[in-house]
Amino acid sequence: MIVLDILSAVLLAAGALFVLSGGVGLLRFPDFYTRIHAAGITDSAGAGLILLGLLLRTPSWETGIRLLIIMLFLALTGPTASYVLAFAARRDGVPIWRAGDRRR
Amino acid sequence: MIVAVMAALLVTMVLALARAFLGPGRYNRILAINVFGTKTVLFVAVAGYLFGRPEFLDIGILYALVNFVAVVAVLRLTHYDDLAEEPATDGEERT
Repeated sequence: MIVLDILSAVLLAAGALFVLSGGVGLLRFPDFYTRIHAAGITDSAGAGLILLGLLLRTPSWETGIRLLIIMLFLALTGPTASYVLAFAARRDGVPIWRAGDRRR
Repeated sequence: MIVAVMAALLVTMVLALARAFLGPGRYNRILAINVFGTKTVLFVAVAGYLFGRPEFLDIGILYALVNFVAVVAVLRLTHYDDLAEEPATDGEERT
């Protein structure tokens, strides 16, 4: 049990670190396409690690199955939403940031 | 530990809201709202564990579904000015 608690704490801490870095990147990156990268980090790595950390401290198997369903939905919809956003922005003609350009 | 994760999630939600207010153009705002919705799912799940009531996870599943459908619907609305009808274009034009 103590091993599971320590492992869960490590996973939760790593997930919190990924989520925070993604949030900072969402605010600091210079244009839209680089911000998609930060948002994808929080969607896949952060959410997956936090939900795995919660899965290691579930009281019953019904709760574990619900956590697995949430992980499956996030793993399916996160990359799809990122792809749809990038596709729509590219078709709409949002310009790509090059080194030395102004931030926008 | 769980309180620290909740604090990190809250800070990230504030940062995403700041990007949604600042962000030039509609795509930055939609991206920020998408990130905010995903963080809401995680926050609801973690709050269920903090309060010892894991039934909150059902609300998390609902939020995950509604969030994705909302992003795709808003993108459709901004591109086609219509939610329901498929406009008469060639096959690859799809949101």
